[in-house]
Amino acid sequence: MADISKEQVKHVAHLARLAVTEEEVEQLTKDLGAIIEYAEQLNELDTENVEPTTHVLEMKNVMRKDEARQWITQEDALKNAPDKKDGQFRVPSILAE
Amino acid sequence: MSLFDHSIKELEEKLHNKEITVQDLVEESYKRIKEVDGEVHAFLTLDEENARRQAKELDESSDASASLFGMPQGIKDNIVTKGLRTTCASQHLDNFNDPLYDATVIQKLAEQKSITIGKLNMDEFAMGSSNENSSYTPTRNPWNTNHVPGGSSGGSAAAVAAGEVLYALGSDTGGSIRQPAAYCGVVGMKPTYGRVSRFGLVAFASSLDQIGPITRSVEDNARVMEVIAGHDKLDATSANLDVPKYTEALTGDVQGLKIAVPKEYLAEGVNPEVKEAVMNALKVYESLGATWEEVSLPHSKYALASYYIISSSEASANLARFDGVRYGVRTENADNMIDMFKKSRSEGFGQEVKRRIMLGTFALSSGYYDAYYKKAQKVRTLIKNDFDKIFEEYDVVIGPTTPNPAFKVGENIDDPLTMYANDILTIPVNLAGVPGISIPCGFSNEGLPIGLQIIGKHFDESTVYRTAHAFEQATDYHTKRPQLGGSN
Repeated sequence: MADISKEQVKHVAHLARLAVTEEEVEQLTKDLGAIIEYAEQLNELDTENVEPTTHVLEMKNVMRKDEARQWITQEDALKNAPDKKDGQFRVPSILAE
Repeated sequence: MSLFDHSIKELEEKLHNKEITVQDLVEESYKRIKEVDGEVHAFLTLDEENARRQAKELDESSDASASLFGMPQGIKDNIVTKGLRTTCASQHLDNFNDPLYDATVIQKLAEQKSITIGKLNMDEFAMGSSNENSSYTPTRNPWNTNHVPGGSSGGSAAAVAAGEVLYALGSDTGGSIRQPAAYCGVVGMKPTYGRVSRFGLVAFASSLDQIGPITRSVEDNARVMEVIAGHDKLDATSANLDVPKYTEALTGDVQGLKIAVPKEYLAEGVNPEVKEAVMNALKVYESLGATWEEVSLPHSKYALASYYIISSSEASANLARFDGVRYGVRTENADNMIDMFKKSRSEGFGQEVKRRIMLGTFALSSGYYDAYYKKAQKVRTLIKNDFDKIFEEYDVVIGPTTPNPAFKVGENIDDPLTMYANDILTIPVNLAGVPGISIPCGFSNEGLPIGLQIIGKHFDESTVYRTAHAFEQATDYHTKRPQLGGSN
């Protein structure tokens, strides 16, 4: 299972929304393969009856009232945007041409 | 002698007696930065105008009762500061000049009248152990600028060690406060998970990240922790518990303290000089009336693998927000929106950040989730159980912070697994969520600092501080200063 193919790396890069060059695919295939192989050592441990830890503290869902309050203005929200128009974030066309 | 050789308490007295002004303290910072930061590269952004204006206001104010009144501090650049550039040392955020709000810790420091001198260098998005992953000029170790300062809070530790600020905030996901503190010979605390609000900390691995102080002394560290700790309704993971007065825990008394020393933390792979420094520290504790015994944390060797799967998985989700839509640097040549996401991210992120996003995305992807991510979380349970068991019988766990003193720039950069191994003794602490501090406990033959790690029970920072302080009182390692240019 430790073997990772270049095709897998390309697929994962697409899922991660990263553009990768052929050179990077080569390097990442090698690097990820080595790290995953290292991680295989976890299989030495029998964890059949072990509960996974997602959170170390004994905390349940933290609820609060959903109250509207002034936080930032629309103008503020847009001020670091790379591109904006008519009070909105502007992005390139969603559909490929 | 620098003003920053004094403790917060001493400086407070000097201010009170009108021996010095807040403006003197702020000028001390900027003067020192001008002297040495060309070598150290600890700062990414300075906030001179604001800092000077605040200092003047404080000097004119009649109420100097705030607990950090006029103290100059630096902030790791992944903690958001309103109106002050926050880059996470990433090219993707190179233009993030105008953040909209202050992190909760920044608000708390401001309420206590501490002054922000500037923003500190780090490994990009806190991923790294050497600061070599900064996309700007990497920080160097003030004790020897051919060596790394550690990471990811390398700028924070180096700035404090070099006397550029009195104290700094860092963040610690797998050792990122403690490891650079050890490498730079300063005091760095990673509090219990949930103790300090992360609201406004740019998230790396949400189940592991904590903010903590880096200082020159344990006393100062406890004092800053008192300010930044506590519940915050803006961080749902922050614990709703009272914050003890940590400075009151500094009694110097460790009579009867029960110390556990994990044999895995002094095993093969730990440098003999480091081991010797730790053994000497244990003798100091014996002389103070504490006792220690060798114990086992049997799952320690699996911590690194578990950590890299979990932290990278969480990072791959957290870093999805950097898409070039709302902030950040957007690519100039995109055909469509998906293409824009991909190119903006790839052009903005460095190699290590991409590698971890890839690893995390892989570990969470269909067909691999159970084999890697869930498995790593189960192993995390075993690591946490190891600590729980030890803490039924002992008050603290003590060992080295790192297996070796600071390595040379470039030495580990080509091999991610060797680089990751620097964090092998700090990572288990994050996985278990317990608090841990690194304090200076000696120097290598080369003159590089060695760090002692003291680990406590969940939310028992008080005992950790008491233990650290007692050692500090009995030794003088924390008074040593690196020989840099200028007048320190």
